[in-house]
Amino acid sequence: MHIVVCIKQVPDSSQIRVHPVTNTIMRQGVPAVVNPYDLFALEEALRLKDTYGAQVTVLCMGPPPAEAALRKAISFGADDAILVTDRAFAGSDTLATSFALASAIGQIGRNMAVDLVFCGKQTIDGDTAQVGPGIAKRLDLQLLTYVSQVDRVDTERREIVVQRRAEGGVQVLQTRLPCLITMLEGTNEMRFASQAGMFRAARHPVRVWDKAAAGIEDVAKIGLKGSPTVVSKVFAPQPKASKAEQIKCESNAPKDLAVTLIAKLFTQHPALESAISAGTTGSI
Amino acid sequence: MTEAKAPAKRAGRKVELDPRLAAYQGVWVFVEHERGQAHSVSWELMGEGRKLADQLGVPLSGVVMGAPGEDTRRFCHEAFRYGADRCYLMEDPVLADYRNQPFTQGLTELVNAHQPEILLLGATTLGRDLAGSVATTLQTGLTADCTELNIDPENRSLAASRPTFGGSLLCTILTLNYRPQMATVRPRVMPMASYDESRSGPIIEQPLHLIETDIVTKVLDYIPDNRQDRPQLPFADIIVSGGRGLKSPENFQLVWDLARVLGAEVGASRPVVQAGWVELDRQVGQSGKTVRPKLYIAAGISGAVQHRVGMEGADVIIAINNDPNAPIFDFATYGIVGNALQVLPALTEAFRQHLAVARKAG
Ligand SMILES: Cc1cc2nc3c(=O)[nH]c(=O)nc-3n(C[C@H](O)[C@H](O)[C@H](O)COP(=O)(O)OP(=O)(O)OC[C@H]3O[C@@H](n4cnc5c(N)ncnc54)[C@H](O)[C@@H]3O)c2cc1C
Ligand SMILES: Nc1ncnc2c1ncn2[C@@H]1O[C@H](COP(=O)(O)O)[C@@H](O)[C@H]1O
Repeated sequence: MHIVVCIKQVPDSSQIRVHPVTNTIMRQGVPAVVNPYDLFALEEALRLKDTYGAQVTVLCMGPPPAEAALRKAISFGADDAILVTDRAFAGSDTLATSFALASAIGQIGRNMAVDLVFCGKQTIDGDTAQVGPGIAKRLDLQLLTYVSQVDRVDTERREIVVQRRAEGGVQVLQTRLPCLITMLEGTNEMRFASQAGMFRAARHPVRVWDKAAAGIEDVAKIGLKGSPTVVSKVFAPQPKASKAEQIKCESNAPKDLAVTLIAKLFTQHPALESAISAGTTGSI
Repeated sequence: MTEAKAPAKRAGRKVELDPRLAAYQGVWVFVEHERGQAHSVSWELMGEGRKLADQLGVPLSGVVMGAPGEDTRRFCHEAFRYGADRCYLMEDPVLADYRNQPFTQGLTELVNAHQPEILLLGATTLGRDLAGSVATTLQTGLTADCTELNIDPENRSLAASRPTFGGSLLCTILTLNYRPQMATVRPRVMPMASYDESRSGPIIEQPLHLIETDIVTKVLDYIPDNRQDRPQLPFADIIVSGGRGLKSPENFQLVWDLARVLGAEVGASRPVVQAGWVELDRQVGQSGKTVRPKLYIAAGISGAVQHRVGMEGADVIIAINNDPNAPIFDFATYGIVGNALQVLPALTEAFRQHLAVARKAG
């Protein structure tokens, strides 16, 4: 079995700060990490490798430093890594990104046919959850999104059974290989990298592909040109016109503040009182 | 959707629409349903769609797909009452359960046949799965998780705004020379459309030429969630939320105490969820749930923008924080500057007394 896992390198958003005065992003020194959602996809692929035996290839599109994300994946147990990088990709939206990744997966499959593609649920910077479905559509793969568990793979009959989180429940779906899975978060726990893994990762020759190597001929489909969506403006959230009305009273004791607040609340919003009474059960 | 990138390069926003694309007219809302019930995000979108259609001077349509039966027609009629002028209906047994392949093919065929300029879907697991596939098939732009939709007066295109950079800023995204312009919106971000019993409209039916054996993926089973077991924050009328300011899981009990008296759901900020004081389902905010209660009480929550985007749609917000400069006071309705560990029990007691008196009188 050959599994491709798409991972993205992203800025660690928990460390991004907005300058309080100028409202600009302070990105300096923010470390880059593997998109946390993609680790669930990688771990699931590695588990399938443990159970059924598989070649796991990790794929990332991004600037040259994104190689670090791929090495990390090697240290966990991925077998091969490909970085797709080209200036021509700059400004790609999800349609253009999924086109480029789909082309690269097509190239990967020329050496060894691809049975399964894994993606994360979404990225923490793009945050769209669209690249996975986009790749599936372009490669004409069956699409299984929000998968919480892979129940079984039958490599003989080329079938797979998974559990998929739907709005009000869980769907158990059976489909044919090859297919694309986007993995739900919290479904497994990433293993630790072994010493040997880290050693291998340091020496592993990450393959670096430009657009031609990724099989892309039509430059109108990548980068800004291949992106239907355009960012027309970036702005800070509107401050609200009026600030909170501060509740005060003479004593400022919590008890008196509470009584003052409740009196005000129910005078100014009489409908709330019935909403609350209706919600309260007799059990209190 | 686009990652945040500099708006610079394609600054010229006035774009002459390809004449082939000018034929695309009208606003569509995909009506999502499951197990005989329409998802309320459909009606939230219908209100938003009405606004856009009126600005453009075009009709608003609902799109209903499902197995033949009474339900699909009922959803069409509901769509009219929530503001649709007409409905496109695709009925086929293969559409009984949601599966990507038949729904993508069906919705793509509907779009190609009737050519809407805007197509809106809920940012649910179903809506995101479907929207991503349909947009790729149609080779058009899709903006995910929008918080605001408008018409750009310059070129009649959809101006879709969404959080970017981890929610610290917002960006507005246009899909200039592609149609339809697609967007998804999370549940509870928009208010419900108003309901008018007297409204009605025509249903336009279109068949789907697929048979079960054409469809590769099979649904072996469906295990519905036990709704009783899971908090239903997005639909709660009253929510009491606690943040890191409560300092310990023991103190967080004060939030539960107040919630019990008010018949409220309990919410939390992200650090509280990450510390494991409450379950994941209770996180309010950008990476948690969007809520729209009548009353939201925030205790020991600073009001970071990632929290704010999930709850600023509340009718009334009460904030309790010991820092008079906490950002939450910038957008709360009422503020109490004080120690939540003292104010919460006082509020619980005062509400209890007030409600007891009110109940006796009523
Ligand atoms: C990509 C990303 C996504 C995120 N998504 C979310 C999300 O979905 N939801 C979310 O909530 N956050 C989210 N965050 C985190 C967010 O930025 C804030 O860090 C978080 O909301 C802060 O939580 P808090 O207000 O509880 O804690 P703090 O910021 O630590 O604030 C605690 C507050 O309590 C007050 N306080 C302290 N002691 C007391 C006391 N005794 N009585 C009263 N007040 C007291 C303090 O003055 C302070 O204002 C996200 C961040 C990122 C980067
Ligand atoms: N540049 C990229 N390189 C590799 N994989 C990506 C890239 N962008 C997105 N993906 C994959 O697509 C998923 C969804 O991304 P998004 O649509 O940006 O939320 C991610 O979790 C990754 O698995």
